[in-house]
Amino acid sequence: MSASDVSAPAVPEAPPAGPRPRVRITPARTAIAAVALIVLLSLVRQLSGANDLTSAGAISAALLLAVPIAMAGLGGLWSERAGVANIGLEGMMILGTWGAGWAGYQWGPWAGVVAAVAFGAIGGLLHAVATVLFNVDHIVSGVAINILALGATQFLANAYFAGREGGSTKQSPTVDDLPTLSVPFIADPLTSLEAHHWFLVSDVAGIARGLLTNLSVITVLAVLLLPLTFFVLWRTAFGLRLRSCGESPVAAESLGIDVYRMKMIAVIASGAFAGLGGASLALAASSFYQEGQTGGRGYIGLAAMIFGNWRPGGLAGGAALFGFADALQLRGGDAIHALLLLVAILVVLVGVWQVRRRRVVQGVVGLVCGVAVLVIYLVTSTVPSQLTGSVPYVTTLLVLALASQRLRMPATDGMPYRRGEGG
Amino acid sequence: MGRVDVRRVALNVAAPALALVFALLIASLALRLSGHSPLDTVRSMITYSRRGSTQVLILNTATTYYLAAVAVAIGFRMNLFNIGVDGQYRLAALLAAAVGGAVDLPRPLHLLLIVVVAVTVGGMWAAIAGLLKAYRGVSEVISTIMLNAISTAVIAYLLTPGRLAVTTQGSNNIGTREIPVSGQVPGLDLIPGANRQVFGFIVVAVLVGIGYSVLLNRTRFGFDLRATGRSQTAAVASGVNVKRMVAISMALSGGCAGLVGLPQLLGSSYSYALDFPTGLGFTGIAIALLGRNHPVGIAFGALLWAFLDQSSQILDLDGVPKEIVTIMQGSTVLCVVVAYELVRRYSRVLEQKRVGAALGRTEVPATSGAST
Repeated sequence: MSASDVSAPAVPEAPPAGPRPRVRITPARTAIAAVALIVLLSLVRQLSGANDLTSAGAISAALLLAVPIAMAGLGGLWSERAGVANIGLEGMMILGTWGAGWAGYQWGPWAGVVAAVAFGAIGGLLHAVATVLFNVDHIVSGVAINILALGATQFLANAYFAGREGGSTKQSPTVDDLPTLSVPFIADPLTSLEAHHWFLVSDVAGIARGLLTNLSVITVLAVLLLPLTFFVLWRTAFGLRLRSCGESPVAAESLGIDVYRMKMIAVIASGAFAGLGGASLALAASSFYQEGQTGGRGYIGLAAMIFGNWRPGGLAGGAALFGFADALQLRGGDAIHALLLLVAILVVLVGVWQVRRRRVVQGVVGLVCGVAVLVIYLVTSTVPSQLTGSVPYVTTLLVLALASQRLRMPATDGMPYRRGEGG
Repeated sequence: MGRVDVRRVALNVAAPALALVFALLIASLALRLSGHSPLDTVRSMITYSRRGSTQVLILNTATTYYLAAVAVAIGFRMNLFNIGVDGQYRLAALLAAAVGGAVDLPRPLHLLLIVVVAVTVGGMWAAIAGLLKAYRGVSEVISTIMLNAISTAVIAYLLTPGRLAVTTQGSNNIGTREIPVSGQVPGLDLIPGANRQVFGFIVVAVLVGIGYSVLLNRTRFGFDLRATGRSQTAAVASGVNVKRMVAISMALSGGCAGLVGLPQLLGSSYSYALDFPTGLGFTGIAIALLGRNHPVGIAFGALLWAFLDQSSQILDLDGVPKEIVTIMQGSTVLCVVVAYELVRRYSRVLEQKRVGAALGRTEVPATSGAST
């Protein structure tokens, strides 16, 4: 017995088990991490004096910008969990923005939301038919859909928006705003608390006001879809079947699951989510369809999903990161510079954590990068405005380079599957 | 055997032809629905493309597209998806333009310097993704998307007056210092009677195509690359260092991407300005797919794409939205792959029948029915 205990780490299975088991992500740990992040944010705000870092305005802008990314990511999640890689999210999102503008100005914003979801789903259907039924390479189909969606919306905008009041070949007429929601009676007390700039208290007040007041209905709807997706995919038989198609379609088929049907459903849903993301861009972040409105957010959503390890919680975190950095950049000021300090602290923390887990090389690289960012923060007083936009992307690369070994995509993601290939 | 090969070739040609017809049908439908005549549209595009100056533009555009598509195809052959060609060529063109505009050397040296700078910058930018993929397991899809965004920021930072840019007199466009004549590639009078010249860089594009073909089919490296792309486990078993292959082929893809901006830079604009063409990397992806990563197929794809892009310029005058061409391009890509899949299935059935029939006639007559 003791001999086998000693030799246990040498068994080929050892690396995933490791000297210490992987840290499981539990609700309690997530809460602790969130609290730690808020404390860190307010510490950075105190040190740098960049009050915009946790102001209600910045937080609500971040939420507004994170939602489209999160919806694209959610679309990617549904599709890839069922084993279909979806690079066409950008195109489906473009279809969504056009649908929102087209139906929105004629029959009101709610019709816009419905049309956006429907248009996105049509894009998803196209991808599903091509990849599932015709076995087309998933990347090829996705690229084609991106081209097709861009061309189709430009063509349709030309036909339907040009010459209308307020419309042009590149923009739809203005759509009425969707109703907004607020938690009652908290706006005023939070505003006064926030104005004091007290450590932690004002930060919590600012974040709470940003997240709880003046929310577009579509934002609330979109945020609710994250836990709903988790429930459907991880807590229902349907979800288990869907995910089994992404892990091992042959095994799923042998258990009597109609793999084609599950994949079709997943990819169509994927397009619907991307379309909803487009609707949030056209109806909440602005109030019309505009050419180029998505600005590559479909790709960024995909990145957020990979960043989040193909999990809803993780992709929400990734989307929040991109949205936050986007918002700070749009608002200008010294907040982006302060963000460098936050990045430095986070990367150093990841480095220390890696060293503690005996991954010395990664850890040291992390520490060096972190210190380098810190030095940049200390010797400069502003980030050149052109470079601010790249902060989230550089951060993503750094984080992935340091921690990507923990990511695991669905086993047959992006691979072709033919019914009956298991023999 | 000869008969079957002819049939296979015919099938392989039939696939893209069918796809093109189908894409034309989709575009016609869209035109018809929006109240335009498909026939008149196609006619005016063809008439316009008969002009010498349009043909020159088609060749020039195709040169750029070809280089972009080969850059993508190098990655595809290795199962690497280089979405980052876009960022790679823009950064490479900017730095090459800056270096080319800062020095004045004899022509061969000057050109060589510019090309070397472009290839190196493109290769190194792509190598970041390659190294991250090989040694840190970061998906090249996500890292090249990130690198695209980062290169956009870096270019915006560098392309400001006081850094690499100078303001042009009398316009609010800013760009790098103009490359002197010794660094420019003279045009060629390929099309008689045209008032424009074909980019001299078309020669380089042809050389790149030949180089790509030789590298893949005639070298050990190319063999390893194709083997790794087909089956990583088999490649590992035969002694291929997959990590090294990933890093090198990504850098090669980026090096080729570095050339993408040069036809335009050295043949017509001579300076990297704010209006330098963007998005060529994504066009390259589509064309590489259309040409099935084959050097000749890509050439046809690039010419087709360039024809559609350039001949559609006339449509706005006819009141037809020229975006119809984008719809056609997208549906062509999709239809081509669907057509190839259908042809593959069909030829497999044919093959099975042929083998069955052959076996039935010559060796085991009894099983001829069962084997089909």
